Amino acid sequence: MSLAELICPAGTPAALRTAVDAGADAVYCGFQDATNARNFPGLNFTPEELAASVAYAHDKGTKVLLALNTYPPAGKVDLWRQAADTGARLGVDAFIVADMGVADYIARTHPGIRLHLSVQAAASSPEAIRYYCENFGVKRVVLPRILTIPEIRQIKREIPCEIETFIFGNHGLMVEGRCSLTNYLTGQSTNMDGVCSPASEVDYARHADGSMSSQLAGFTIDCFGAEEKAGYPTICKGRYTAPHRPDGYYAFEEPISLNLSRLLPELIEAGVHAFKIEGRQRSKSYVRGVVRAFRAAVDDIKAGREAKIADLIALTEGQKQTQGAFETKKWR
Amino acid sequence: MAVKDMTKLTLGPIAYHWSAEARRDFYARIADEAPVDEVYLGEVICSKRAPFHEADLPATIERLERAGKTVIVSTLAEVMLKRERKATGDLAAMDAPEIEVNNAAGLYARGRRAHRIGPFLNAYNEATIAWMAGQGATHVCLPAELPGPAIAVAAQAARDLRLGVEVQVFGRAPLAVSARCYHARAHGRTKDNCQFVCENDADGMPLRTTDDRPILRVNGIQTQSECYVDLLPETERLVADGVTHLRLMPQAVDMVAVARVFRATLDRTLSVAEADVRLAALCGDTGLSNGFYHGTAGYRRIAMASAG
Repeated sequence: MSLAELICPAGTPAALRTAVDAGADAVYCGFQDATNARNFPGLNFTPEELAASVAYAHDKGTKVLLALNTYPPAGKVDLWRQAADTGARLGVDAFIVADMGVADYIARTHPGIRLHLSVQAAASSPEAIRYYCENFGVKRVVLPRILTIPEIRQIKREIPCEIETFIFGNHGLMVEGRCSLTNYLTGQSTNMDGVCSPASEVDYARHADGSMSSQLAGFTIDCFGAEEKAGYPTICKGRYTAPHRPDGYYAFEEPISLNLSRLLPELIEAGVHAFKIEGRQRSKSYVRGVVRAFRAAVDDIKAGREAKIADLIALTEGQKQTQGAFETKKWR
Repeated sequence: MAVKDMTKLTLGPIAYHWSAEARRDFYARIADEAPVDEVYLGEVICSKRAPFHEADLPATIERLERAGKTVIVSTLAEVMLKRERKATGDLAAMDAPEIEVNNAAGLYARGRRAHRIGPFLNAYNEATIAWMAGQGATHVCLPAELPGPAIAVAAQAARDLRLGVEVQVFGRAPLAVSARCYHARAHGRTKDNCQFVCENDADGMPLRTTDDRPILRVNGIQTQSECYVDLLPETERLVADGVTHLRLMPQAVDMVAVARVFRATLDRTLSVAEADVRLAALCGDTGLSNGFYHGTAGYRRIAMASAG
């Protein structure tokens, strides 16, 4: 039975309290280092902050999930192990992991704490998911954002663990945990450093005709007319030219956000246990708005009422939204 | 040095949609002329391509083995659809030749029977390599983005566990995979309706920035580096650090000549400086890079301070 838990982003202690107060069933967060995939300046938690935050969340009946979902490069494994030990000591409810070495360490050292398989592990088949369940005791898999609802329903029948899917926020195009685009242009790795299109490498250049180009590490990622709002230069949402596309096109995807609010009933029916809202890098007001809206929607659906989804478009990137792969195979 | 003499040169699986005929010609020449020790076959990128060339697989294996090459069949990097699950399961059930697994679905199907770990399986560190060794892995190909110091630690760990350890030293770096086919998208099609447009780009489809700077290559669902990785200047360091296998990825250049340059460098019959000049000439306009190895942006070319 799907419990339709709402898993909400907590980039800072303040955002965590906001998400808890807005009705999150669980929040997910990380330490201020490479051990998690949102290792951005000004984000994340010190151990002391996490201790206070766990107390706050638990007091309100909200679970805290600690993301340890990057891949330690050889020679630096201890940082991930220490993060797991600290999280265990502070009483987190689950670890979200991707690396097999990290999963193995936690399964052996902290067997009483739940393991969730991060989207960064890219487990997109029943066999891959069962590999992690049988070897590390994984209790929940966060599915890659590349599956249709019928495919999710089929996977659910063939695996022994819970399913969590993303329902709202950044719409990653590449298979997570298998993308080195940022490292290719910037020297900072998504998998090893928890960095994606880092702000420190971003530039906007204004041209004589009033147009603006967005750049990452000196590479032009997109360009905008004088009247257009310039977007953030994420490599997989950039505009490029190809031999058949001399005028430039979004080779991978347009700047667009995932919004599955309309598919919630179907996802619940397909057996999805938990819904993840992306956005640890987003503001408190964003977190409050999105969590409240989805809390109301999920409660309506569970009570057999028609869900009234507030208009969330204003909060989405580039003011455009998609149901991505979830709706149709044509997305591929 | 005994260790150095044991260093193997390998040819990775063809990442592109080369025609069956092109593949037959390619491997015939590799068998007859290329000084590589091991050859990886099989479709790693797109399951839709496999029917075009899988019928030739037994003959190609036989041809290469007759020429004294060790043959390994690689499995798909992305496993989602029924046909991909079946293809992975079928390869995992084989007794011979060896297989290289590129997805956890393949690990599940293989169980504890001997297998190699492919570059898509994210063996970034000694803990993961130890785990994999305990599950039957005999060999590990490290991720393309791993920097030199981490390669050294990983290689030592692998050798302590008696695993072979492999690093890509030539060819476009694999940067990303997706469920979406970007070749089809460029032509206004979807993956299911792609009509195999990727077959027209034997070395990937170039993407340039809107101000005309080369940046990436599209290969179906895969995104690759624009530059070819070139770790010729780093081979001596790699071997000293315990890397046992050096991988050349097939590109649309004279791969026999590329293999000869690397072989001659390993054999010390060609200086690194001269070898690098020859390699650059073989690669035409394509840039060469070693940024990942040096812990900087992958596209960059870092000059070696000295040949030591």
